[in-house]
Amino acid sequence: MEPYRREIRIAGFGGQGVVLAGIVLARAGMLDGRQVVQNQSYGAEARGGGARAEVILADGPILYTDVLHPDVMLVMSQLACNKYGQDLATDGQLIIETELVSDVPIALQDRASGAPFTQMAQDTFERAIVANMVALGYCVGRTEVVTRESLIRAVEELVPAGTAELNLAAVAAGWELAPVPGLVHGSMSGPLPPLAGSASVVELDAS
Amino acid sequence: MPATVIPAEQRLLQGNVACAEGALAAGCSFFAGYPITPATEIAEHLARELPPRDGVFIQMEDEIASVAAIIGASWTGAKVMTATSGPGLSLMQENLGYAVGTETPCVIVDVQRGGPSTGIPAVPSQSDMVQVARGSHGDYETVAFAPSSAQEMFDLTVRAFDTAERLRTPVFLLADAAVGHMREIVTMPAQACAGVNRRVASVADNGAARFLDEQVAPMPLFGRGLKAHVTGSCHDEAGMRNVVDAEALDHYVRRLSGKIRRVRDDLVEVASGDTEDAEIILVGWGLVGRAAQAIATRARQQGQRVGWVRPITVWPFADVELVSLCREAKRVLVLENNMGQMLPYVQAAVGRYSEVDGLSPRILGALHRPTDVLEAMAA
Repeated sequence: MEPYRREIRIAGFGGQGVVLAGIVLARAGMLDGRQVVQNQSYGAEARGGGARAEVILADGPILYTDVLHPDVMLVMSQLACNKYGQDLATDGQLIIETELVSDVPIALQDRASGAPFTQMAQDTFERAIVANMVALGYCVGRTEVVTRESLIRAVEELVPAGTAELNLAAVAAGWELAPVPGLVHGSMSGPLPPLAGSASVVELDAS
Repeated sequence: MPATVIPAEQRLLQGNVACAEGALAAGCSFFAGYPITPATEIAEHLARELPPRDGVFIQMEDEIASVAAIIGASWTGAKVMTATSGPGLSLMQENLGYAVGTETPCVIVDVQRGGPSTGIPAVPSQSDMVQVARGSHGDYETVAFAPSSAQEMFDLTVRAFDTAERLRTPVFLLADAAVGHMREIVTMPAQACAGVNRRVASVADNGAARFLDEQVAPMPLFGRGLKAHVTGSCHDEAGMRNVVDAEALDHYVRRLSGKIRRVRDDLVEVASGDTEDAEIILVGWGLVGRAAQAIATRARQQGQRVGWVRPITVWPFADVELVSLCREAKRVLVLENNMGQMLPYVQAAVGRYSEVDGLSPRILGALHRPTDVLEAMAA
């Protein structure tokens, strides 16, 4: 039997808290007793450029440290979806920020779910900055890559001092929104906005 | 699954932070540097952590000044470090030669990024391997360790300090953007490292050799009542210049190199596995070497006789070890995240026994894809 290994990629643009979301997820995995690797990459810009965080969770030593075909991919921008969508594992789950990602490749549409995390963060908490935590809560609620207990503890440890309550509320909001694993588009907050039609499907380079 | 209690000494650390923590554990009390991606977190962490421990952190005006500052501080007796990336390393080369010539213990962390020139800041690369050994002019020997994990960023930084102190010479930590930025679980030592301290010359033995001893001369420190001439020009055991005689230069060069060559076997560390019956052996260093292990392990599971070798010490080069591990293999495939810098050294060592070729990743900056390596092995 293959040892347990799950690869998660979170991608968007600088300023969205993509890297922090990755660190929180890695810490939660560590608290679950797993081996973890968290990678990150970003451009020269502090904000606005592409940003990416990756987490590998495994029950044994992690020798190969790049994520090639994520089992879970959270994309927080159209650019990230275009760039990385094709990498998703065959049975992987794509989670999208539905306001920022309007075109999902046809091949991925039946594996995609999501919500307008940024708008939700703004509407519920008047703080768009916690969109990453709403998305992370949704992501974990849907995929259960880490336990809820560990996620809560990791958030408490890692967010800036004085913001734990807000961030935990944001995670909980995302979690509540997540459809039951295995059900696609079965969100408690109603159906997702329609995904991209064929006219606007992004052609992805197969290489 | 219930949340497990993590022992206090296990921490999720970024590689660069693990390096900075390793420096503190080794007794570093002086850091001078100029921030540069992807090494900046080392400076950031030490800027926070050194002053409360009565250490010194200085942000210098550039990398030339940074290495000059650590050389000066080392002559006061401090354990010193700087951290940079390729563009900064290029600027440091003249003073690094000065540190070699004056036998100044210091640690230089190079978190490699893609070049040449300013290249690209946060994309990993292994393209400074030869520069750390041959970047400054003249004949000299280098010591360089290549970490493949956050844990090794900690452990090998400690080892770099101990080696610098023991040999009175610059020692490099040859990391890259991937291992510098990666976060992993690091087991911190339960108690403080014992630490190696350089031998220090005293007033009692003033007049004894203070340079050019292959057993490593005790270092005369500033402000301890000693007279010593510290010069990068050719000198004798007392530090007195001789810039005329070829014999003096011969002595100067041979002693500086001999000091490192004589302990070469202690310095060279190599990780390896499954080499005994291997037909093909994958060789790689740093994070690429760790990927080589992953790929070799996968190939084994598929029934192929594949082994792996990961030099942890990049300089001095592990030629003897490679011969002993690889001589029975039909083929040696050198994986590097560059256009082939270690390859000629492996060819020179192993080429008479095995076919040796190299493979760069499909995209420089990313790890080799397992499928690409398996294909190359089948070719």
